[in-house]
Amino acid sequence: MEYEDLIHRCFRCGYCKFTKDYGDFNCPSYRKFGFETYSPGGRMWLLRGWLEGEIPGTADLAGIFYSCASCGNCRERCVMNFREDLVDIFTAARTEFVEKGLTPPAVRDYFRNIQLSGNPYKLPQDKRGEWAAGLEIKPFKGQEYLFYAGCLGSYDDKGKEIAQKVAALLIGAGFDIGILGNEEHCDGNDVKVMGEAGLFQLLAEKNIAKFRDAGVHKIITLSPHSYNVFKNDYPNDQGAFTVMHYTQAVSAALEEGRVSFGELDTKVTYHDPCYLGRHNEEYESPRKILSSIPGLSLIEMERNSQDSACCGGGGGNVFTDILGGGPESPARVRVREAAATGAEILAVACPACARMLEDALKAEEGLEKRLRVLDIAEIADRAGINQKA
Amino acid sequence: MDQVFDKLAEIVGKEYVSNRSEELFIYSRDMGTMPPHKPDYIVLPASTSEVQKVILLANQEKIPVVPMGGGLVLSALTVPLKGGIVLDMKRMHHILEVNAQNRYAIVEAGTPQGRLQAHLQKKYPHLKHSIPDAPPMATIAGNILIHGSGHLSQATGFHSEMLNGLEVVLPTGEICRIGSCSTSPYWFSRAPLPDLAGLFIGWFGTTGVITKLAIKLYPRPALKDVLVFVTEEADIIPDILLKIVDTEMAEDLVVVASEYPSWTRDLQLTMINITANSDAEMNFKQGIIRECLHSYAKDKSGGFIDMPLMMKGVLLETPMRTVTRFADAREGGGFEYVGAIMPVGLFPQAYQAGVEIAARHELPYSMVIRVIGRCHSLMFAYGYPFNRGDSDDVEKARQALHDSNLASLEIGAIPWKTEEPGQQLIIKQMDPETLALMNRVRSLLDPNGIMNPGNWEEK
Repeated sequence: MEYEDLIHRCFRCGYCKFTKDYGDFNCPSYRKFGFETYSPGGRMWLLRGWLEGEIPGTADLAGIFYSCASCGNCRERCVMNFREDLVDIFTAARTEFVEKGLTPPAVRDYFRNIQLSGNPYKLPQDKRGEWAAGLEIKPFKGQEYLFYAGCLGSYDDKGKEIAQKVAALLIGAGFDIGILGNEEHCDGNDVKVMGEAGLFQLLAEKNIAKFRDAGVHKIITLSPHSYNVFKNDYPNDQGAFTVMHYTQAVSAALEEGRVSFGELDTKVTYHDPCYLGRHNEEYESPRKILSSIPGLSLIEMERNSQDSACCGGGGGNVFTDILGGGPESPARVRVREAAATGAEILAVACPACARMLEDALKAEEGLEKRLRVLDIAEIADRAGINQKA
Repeated sequence: MDQVFDKLAEIVGKEYVSNRSEELFIYSRDMGTMPPHKPDYIVLPASTSEVQKVILLANQEKIPVVPMGGGLVLSALTVPLKGGIVLDMKRMHHILEVNAQNRYAIVEAGTPQGRLQAHLQKKYPHLKHSIPDAPPMATIAGNILIHGSGHLSQATGFHSEMLNGLEVVLPTGEICRIGSCSTSPYWFSRAPLPDLAGLFIGWFGTTGVITKLAIKLYPRPALKDVLVFVTEEADIIPDILLKIVDTEMAEDLVVVASEYPSWTRDLQLTMINITANSDAEMNFKQGIIRECLHSYAKDKSGGFIDMPLMMKGVLLETPMRTVTRFADAREGGGFEYVGAIMPVGLFPQAYQAGVEIAARHELPYSMVIRVIGRCHSLMFAYGYPFNRGDSDDVEKARQALHDSNLASLEIGAIPWKTEEPGQQLIIKQMDPETLALMNRVRSLLDPNGIMNPGNWEEK
């Protein structure tokens, strides 16, 4: 296994479980399950035990590895020299589970759906572009930017609403964008993280070929997952394309004075998506957009920025739900944390976070009346988008 | 059907009990060199009442119970030597009260050090508790119960001396309060009552399960700094330490002797941590400390060294992350130490023994020595990093640890929180009447012998 030479070096000291000030546990699976096995150190020791034949490869063992949300908190807090490799070590472990046929059924079905239908929902490819029907947005034909919606933005109900608002926001901010619609393919971020290296390679090849054929050079993504995988994992010979998350694009437009917002008198707390924040260190752009809305009061949660709590949807869990629900699920803990700030809106910048947190809100009695989960683009839409010349 | 499993699930909830191979594997071992022993069940209680019910069940079924905090003791004290239930206490991690005026905090037994540290920094920035250099996951209860020490130990003694009171589930299931909290609503002291805390401290979980405890809080001055005094004459270290302690100006006092980095070989570096509320106070304190060691500087047997700010930051960090990094010094992820508790006058012999043992086992020497209670004793740690992936290297470290235990006892020191083989060495040297008393106390408290069996037992 890749990284096999590193795994015995974990001391299992537990720094990886914490926030920066040690005030709270911030590993989503350890916090939820409580057993040492669900901590990053526990996984390192289990992995070694499994590879050395001390414990069997069971469905339970695979479940422990697939309950990891790949949020990157462990990489942030580990004190050892191999910290940068931690998330990749767990991805490599999941590749081992794939190769040995030990993937949990939900993961197996996810891969199968991507392979056969091109998306996790088993929906037809010719429905992929439907989210944009009736909108001002055009198919990509040499515009400056490709707006990439991804699977959640194309098929999930909440994701589609967000994709529509993000497209409107980008157009309002003066971006010349087009979409691939039914010709778009899954970005493969979660496929890669779940360990299906071959399928990921196939998706990357398809997307790159499509970008090249269509003449795409600049991409703006709806999802931080897409942003992450295009930026960090796709082969990008000679910088054939550049990629931005939509909050980065809008933040730049704000800086250039190309857009402003109307007034919105509300209290908002912002939830950092792991693939924008910890994985790509983008904490400022979303806050800059929210702070630029007159009347909007931005309140931080206890766990924010590098210490942000994961919604529990990473590592494919938004589709597979191996991390699971219940009152102590990361998403339900997070919406309670958001409500405790007194905010009326829990702002997100990721359709996976939106899906996880909105579902969690429904499960928390009485919270739906006090708090709403809205993407930053939806908040901007409510405030009103003023395009400047 | 596993009836014990079902009964445990009834007590704590199905999701908080396990007998799966994965949990049995992880809870069968710790980070040190001792061999694994599998538990039968792992249970995560959330309340004193749940702990009580588990203990009553264990008595009924005659199953061993091993309480576990952070699991970072390194000497396998939470490894179930005779199987049974490992009681992982970390769901009980709540800070129940900070009484700022009366200077104490009440916490549940699974509360990690880091959690209280962060809570005090946020809500009571003028107060702190004594923090060990263990990772923040180490629990307050676990550290106190092994007679741990930390950043305030020079001034105030072992962490066990900072204990004001506790709640314990006895091995027969009664819930008992010890200290002022047994009689008063305030958890302010163990005096003036008979000090029953001694029935639980230093016993390695063989006399009950602590569920709550109160510890002393201390002022947190605004400024901190560190001076480093270097010598290569181990014989003068006791006098250096006494001179510094006698100034009453140092908060923490630690001697480091290590082959890493290479320039420190054969040197002893005394780290003198100083706190103050103003620059004037800091300068005054530093001046007094420099002055007290003036004679050694004058005859060139030692001197203060300068350090870059970055290095000072590393030394002043609480807990020190570099201590944990040492576990991977040989890129092997393994580390264990013998902490020997000894009078200050034994420093030179202990140092010499450390150098010789390391050389004998072809290991680099690494010793860290903390002054406890104004030089009334020292915690003298012989540390050995090892490569977890190399069984020969693990065995080499285990032998070096054993030799360090033997050498400590030979010079008059006592190994601290030692693993089962080290306990046998202590028992062998202990006054037989003391051992007999220990056995009588234990039999009285734990008639079924369910609490962490295999520890403090004469073979």
